[in-house]
Amino acid sequence: MARTLTVSELETTSFYDPHEHEHAAGGSTMLGFWIYLMSDCLIFAVMFAMYGVLGTSYAGGPTPKDVFDLPLVAVNTAMLLFSSITYGFAMLEAQRKRVSTTLLWLGITGLFGAAFVGIELYEFAHMIHEGAGPQRSAFLSSFFALVGTHGLHVTCGIIWLVTLMVQVARRGIEPANHRRLACLSLFWHFLDVIWIGVFTFVYLLSTLR
Amino acid sequence: MRTATSANVTLHDASHGHEHGHGGTQIPHATMRDYLIGFGLSVVLTAIPFWLVMGGVLPSKAATGFVIMGFAVAQIVVHMIYFLHMNAKSDEGWTMVALVFTLILVVITLAGSLWVMHHLNVNMMPGHLAPDIP
Amino acid sequence: MTTLFGRLGLDAFPIHEPILVGTFIAVALGGVALVGALTYFRLWGYLWREWFTSIDHKKIGIMYMVLGIVMLLRGFADAIMMRLQQAMAFSGSEGYLNAHHYDQVFTAHGVIMIFFVAMPLVTGLMNYIVPLQIGARDVAFPFLNNFSFWMTVGGALLVMASLFVGEFARTGWLAYPPLSGLDFSPDVGVDYYIWALQVAGVGTLLSGVNLLATIIKMRAPGMSLMKMPVFTWTALCTNVLIVAAFPVLTAVLVLLSLDRYVGTNFFTNDLGGNPMMYVNLIWIWGHPEVYILILPLFGVFSEVTSTFSRKRLFGYSSMVYATVVITILSYIVWLHHFFTMGSGASVNSFFGITTMIISIPTGAKIFNWLFTMYRGRIRFELPMMWTVAFMLTFVIGGMTGVLLAVPPADFVLHNSLFLVAHFHNVIIGGVLFGLFAAINYWFPKAFGFKLDPFWGKVSFWCWVVGFWVAFMPLYVLGLMGVTRRLRYFEDPTLQIWFVVAAFGAVLIAAGIGALLMQLYVSFRKRHELRDTTGDPWDGRTLEWSTSSPPPVYNFAFTPIIHDGDAWWDMKQRGYERPRTGFKPVLMPKNTGAGVILAALSSVLAFALIWYIWWLAGVSLVALIAYAIYHTFNYDREFRIPAEQVLRAETERTQQLLATGS
Repeated sequence: MARTLTVSELETTSFYDPHEHEHAAGGSTMLGFWIYLMSDCLIFAVMFAMYGVLGTSYAGGPTPKDVFDLPLVAVNTAMLLFSSITYGFAMLEAQRKRVSTTLLWLGITGLFGAAFVGIELYEFAHMIHEGAGPQRSAFLSSFFALVGTHGLHVTCGIIWLVTLMVQVARRGIEPANHRRLACLSLFWHFLDVIWIGVFTFVYLLSTLR
Repeated sequence: MRTATSANVTLHDASHGHEHGHGGTQIPHATMRDYLIGFGLSVVLTAIPFWLVMGGVLPSKAATGFVIMGFAVAQIVVHMIYFLHMNAKSDEGWTMVALVFTLILVVITLAGSLWVMHHLNVNMMPGHLAPDIP
Repeated sequence: MTTLFGRLGLDAFPIHEPILVGTFIAVALGGVALVGALTYFRLWGYLWREWFTSIDHKKIGIMYMVLGIVMLLRGFADAIMMRLQQAMAFSGSEGYLNAHHYDQVFTAHGVIMIFFVAMPLVTGLMNYIVPLQIGARDVAFPFLNNFSFWMTVGGALLVMASLFVGEFARTGWLAYPPLSGLDFSPDVGVDYYIWALQVAGVGTLLSGVNLLATIIKMRAPGMSLMKMPVFTWTALCTNVLIVAAFPVLTAVLVLLSLDRYVGTNFFTNDLGGNPMMYVNLIWIWGHPEVYILILPLFGVFSEVTSTFSRKRLFGYSSMVYATVVITILSYIVWLHHFFTMGSGASVNSFFGITTMIISIPTGAKIFNWLFTMYRGRIRFELPMMWTVAFMLTFVIGGMTGVLLAVPPADFVLHNSLFLVAHFHNVIIGGVLFGLFAAINYWFPKAFGFKLDPFWGKVSFWCWVVGFWVAFMPLYVLGLMGVTRRLRYFEDPTLQIWFVVAAFGAVLIAAGIGALLMQLYVSFRKRHELRDTTGDPWDGRTLEWSTSSPPPVYNFAFTPIIHDGDAWWDMKQRGYERPRTGFKPVLMPKNTGAGVILAALSSVLAFALIWYIWWLAGVSLVALIAYAIYHTFNYDREFRIPAEQVLRAETERTQQLLATGS
C-alpha cells in the first residue's frame, strides 16, 4: 500500500502541466532517420559479408586484377568526396537561410553524384562487354551486388536531391525543408562512408591479393 | 512570467524535457571549418591508400593491406565527426548508442559469417582440404 | 510467355484441383457476402475515412489484430490439412494430398503463421499499447505507421493470391537454395514467397524505426527508462531487434531474387556459388526474429501477473536487464539452426554454449513472475489463466530447446518432429497464449467492453488441452526418428501417434471456434460487459487512466510521471482529473497515401512474379512518382478545438461519477 504523503508532497505533486506547450512537429525526425540509416548499414554489411565469402570464387573467370580499373575508381572516389563537401556547403547556406546559394550547391552536388553514377555505369558496361558480367562467377555477382547496391542508393539520393531542390525553391528553408535537407545530408555522407569501405575492401584489397 | 516556486520550476523543467530553442528536432550546427578539415583529411586518407596499392610502395602485401584498412577506419571516423557531426550528446546520446550497437552487429555479421563459412567450406566444399574424418 | 501477361496464362488457374476450386467458391461466396453487406449498410465511406486512411495508432493497432486473426484461420486450415494427411497416409494409402500440394501447404503454413499472424498480432499490440503506456498521443511517424500496415496487408494478399493464381513455394518457410533457385523451382511459387516477404518486410522495418523513435523520444516527462512499464521495455528491445534483423532478410531475399531474375551465382551450385551462405545469413535474421515474436509477450506476462496478483512486479530491474541481455545474446546463437550443416566441433561448441546461456535470463523471468504471484492476491481472470498456461507450457518447450542446443543431441533430432514440437511448444505456449492473454486484458480498453468470460474459458481449455494432445505425440515421434515435412509413412506403428495429434488439432480448431464465438457473443452482450471506468482490472500503467476506448488524442494533458507503475502511483496519490483549462490538441491528418503506395507496391510485386515487365515498369514509376508527390503535401496536421476536448473530458468525468469512482 502507498505510504502517507506529507502535506507539502501532496501540494507539490502534479500529474499534468496546465500550461503545457504544443510540441513542434518533427521532433523525432533526425533520430528516426538515423535509426533507418543504421538498418541500411546492415544491408550493406550483408553485401560485404557476401563479398568476403565469395570474393575469391572466380570460377576460372576474370579476377580483380583483370577487371578493376583503379585510376577510374580513384576518379570516382574523388567525385563522391567532392559531392560530400559541396553538400556541406549547401547545408551551411541553408543554415543562413540563403535559398539561391543553397540551390546552387545542391545542384553542384547533384552533378558530382551524377558523374559518380555515370562513371560507375560505364565501368559496369565495360566489364559486361568484356565478359565479366554478374553472371560469370560468384566473385563478380557479389561485386556487382555490393557496388550496384551502393550506386542504387546514390541514384535514389540524387532523385531525392532534385525533389528537395524543387521544394526549397518553392517554400524556402522552412523547418520541414531544413529537416529534410538534414536527413539527406546524413544519407549522402553515409553513402560516402560506405564507399570508403567499398574502395578499400573491394578494389584495393582485392587487387593486392 | 509568474514567480517560480520550486514546484513550478520542477514542473516546467519536467514538462519541457530536453529540447529548448529549436522547437523540435535538433539539426546539428555545421561550420565551414569542420567541412574543410574533414575534406582535407579525407583527400589525404584516400590518396595514400591508392598510391600504396597502385604504386606497389610497400614490399609486403599483407602490410599494405593492414595499412589501407587502418586508413579506411581513420577516414570513416573523420567522416563521422566532420561530416555527420557525430557526437555523444545528440538526441541524449541515443545516436551514439545506435551507432555503437550497429557496429557491434556489423562486426558479428561479418566476422561470424567469415568464421562459420570458412569452417563450412573446409569441411563440406569439394576441392577443399578436409581433416580426416572416419 | 506473352508480352502483355508475362508468364501468366490460363494454366495458372488451378481449375483441376478440387480442393482449390472448393476453397475458391467458399472464399468467393464469403467475399461477395462481405462486399454486399458493406455496400448495403453504406459502410465504404465510413471504412475509408475512419479506418483505412486513419493514422491513429489505436485504429492501426486494431487493424493489425484483425489481419492477424483472419490469417490465423488460413494458417490453421493448412495445419488441419497436414494433420489429416499425416494421420491417413500409411502403408498403401497415399492420403489426399500429393507431394506437389503438400509441400506448398507446409510452406504456406510456416510463412503465414510467422509473417502474417504472429508478426501483425505482435505489431498491432505494440502499436496500440505503447503510446498509451508512455503518455504520448501517437507514434513518432503516424503516416509511416499507416503505410507499414498496408504493406503488411499487401504481402498477405500476395500469399493469398498464390492460392488461386499460380502456386506457392514448395521449399519450406525459409526457402533454402538450391531448391529455391531457378534450376529447381522455376515456377512462380518462390517468387510469390520472395515478393510477399519483401513488401511486408518494408512495413515491418519501418514499424520498427517508428516504435523505437517513439519510445526514445516521446515518453511523458518524468518517465525515465527505468520508470517505463515492462511491456514498453520489451517493445523497445523488440523494435531494436526488428531494425537490426530485418535488413538482413531483405538483403538475402534480394540476393536470392538476383539469382532467379538475373542469373547471378550467390547460392547456385556452380560458378562459385555457395548455398550454405544463404542458410547462414537467413538464420542471422531468423534467430532474432523468434525473439521479436516472444519478447513483447514476456512484457504482457509481466503486466498481467502484476495486475492480477495485485502486486508490483518482482525484480523490475532484473527483468529489464534480462530483456536487454536476451536482445544482445540473440545475435550470437544463430548457428544452432544448422549444427548439422558441417561447420565442425569448434564452431558448433561455441554456438551450443551461447544457446544454453541465453536460456538463463528467460529462466530468471519465470522466477520473477512466480515471485510476483507469491503472496499476491491472485484473480484468475482469463489473462491470468493464459499466463499460468504459458508458464507451464513454455517452460517445457524451452527445456526441449536447451536439449536441442547440445550439438550431439541435435545431430539426432535436427529436422525431426521433435524440433517441430519444440518450436510449436514455445511459439504456441509463449507467443499465442501471450497474445490471448493480451487480447483478453486489453480488449476492454480498445473497445469499451470486456470479452465474454464463458466462451473465453471454453477457448482456453480447448487450446491448452488441444495443444498438448497435438504436440506431445510429435515429441515421441521425433525421438523415434521421424523426419519433418513428410506426407507418407511406411511404418504402421507410427500411425496412432499421428491420429492422436490430429485429434489435438481438432480440439484446437474448437478453441479457435470458441474464440470467434467469444468475439461474437461479447459484441452482442456489450452493454452488459461494458467497461465504464476505463480501469476494469484495477491496472497499474497509464493506459488504464484513459477512457475505454480512449479519446482520439489519448490524453487531454500530457501526464507527468513520478514513479514506475505510473497509474497506480497516481491512484495512490489521490490523482484528480482536470475539469477545465483544456487546450486545442495538435493531431496528424488522415491520408490515403499509405493505401495507394502499398497497392502500387503490391502491383509491382505481382508484375515481377509473373514477369509482366511492362506492368512492373509502369507500377515502379507510378510508385516513385506518387511517393514524391506525397512529399509535396506539407499540410499534415490539424487542431482538435478546445471545446471538443472539454466535451469529451466532461462526458468522461460524468461517467466516472455515475459509476461512483
